[in-house]
Amino acid sequence: MNKKMLFIGVIIVFIFAFLTALAVFKDENTTSQAISAEKSHALERNDAPIKGYKKAKVTIVEFFDPACGTCSQFYPLVNDLVKKYSGKVRVMMRYAPLHEGSDEVVKMLEAAHLQGQFWPAVELLFGNQNRWVEHHVSNPQHALAGLKTLTLDHAKLEADYQSAKVAEIIEQDIKGGQTLQIRATPEFFVNGKPLVDFGWEQLEKLVDEAVKEAYK
Amino acid sequence: MKNSTSSEVVTKAWYFLFFAWILAASGTLISLFFSEVVKLPVCVLCWYQRIAMYPLVLILPLALFPFDPKVVRYVGALVIFGWLAALFHVLLIAGFIPQSAQPCVAGIPCSETHLNIFGFLNMAMMSLLTFTALGCLLLSSHSFSSRNHHE
Repeated sequence: MNKKMLFIGVIIVFIFAFLTALAVFKDENTTSQAISAEKSHALERNDAPIKGYKKAKVTIVEFFDPACGTCSQFYPLVNDLVKKYSGKVRVMMRYAPLHEGSDEVVKMLEAAHLQGQFWPAVELLFGNQNRWVEHHVSNPQHALAGLKTLTLDHAKLEADYQSAKVAEIIEQDIKGGQTLQIRATPEFFVNGKPLVDFGWEQLEKLVDEAVKEAYK
Repeated sequence: MKNSTSSEVVTKAWYFLFFAWILAASGTLISLFFSEVVKLPVCVLCWYQRIAMYPLVLILPLALFPFDPKVVRYVGALVIFGWLAALFHVLLIAGFIPQSAQPCVAGIPCSETHLNIFGFLNMAMMSLLTFTALGCLLLSSHSFSSRNHHE
């Protein structure tokens, strides 16, 4: 029957057109391009928490939310990368509080950072997420209760996290995230190149390429 | 229309439905391409429009083989729903509806647009035009088949 042939013909055309569009698009995007110059200023912030050799030529910038489960799973893996390429790779953490309530929690982290205790604090929060994140909503008071177990100047921490200075720093990270169109966490940039195809092996590969490029 | 035989009228009604299916299938593939391949974010309002658009791709062919003019009723309900969601979305982007009336999750504001062709044609506008065209095709199909029915 004619109409059936027509229908099947159109389906074939659709499939062909879709696959062509797919192939063309993939072709243009196989190599991840460094972000444009006007956006690169948003990538790094002086005084942001850094792990690894300060003068390492490869910088992983991670936009994270302490309430994000994937961020906590990636945390040990990123640590391993810094260890594996010791002296060559450093990781810079930037706040992207996308979960409800996380804006308060990242302020606490920044307050801990002011005392040089960012890493123990973030490790603790990642470790006990189930105690202070319920149904993807952060409970800042429960997070603070967790941070109380760390050896910190707690009076200073409480004063700092509500200070205008810390709010300004967080605001700067959120603005940077908006410029870079961060819509999910964690989001990684390796020497300015975004991790387009998300995944652990892909990140490892991107870092590996950057190290080879920087330490020829 | 009195000159035309009833089978010709049915054929015309059939082709209107067929074009409606082509339109719905194109819209579905294009929206999937932008969300799954280009990875543009999908806001809540876009999802409501998708809910109205995607089923058409499967339901319309069932009404084409064999031809069932009654499908206009069932599919019409989806098209009206999708059209209203698209209209709301367009008005939101244009700023006629205040942000506070916006049913969106944090991070993906519906008032933000990512695609702009010729300066006015964003996703919501394309969706509104598609649903409008779908409605017109369904009405045309309905009027042709009901004319046949009355003769």
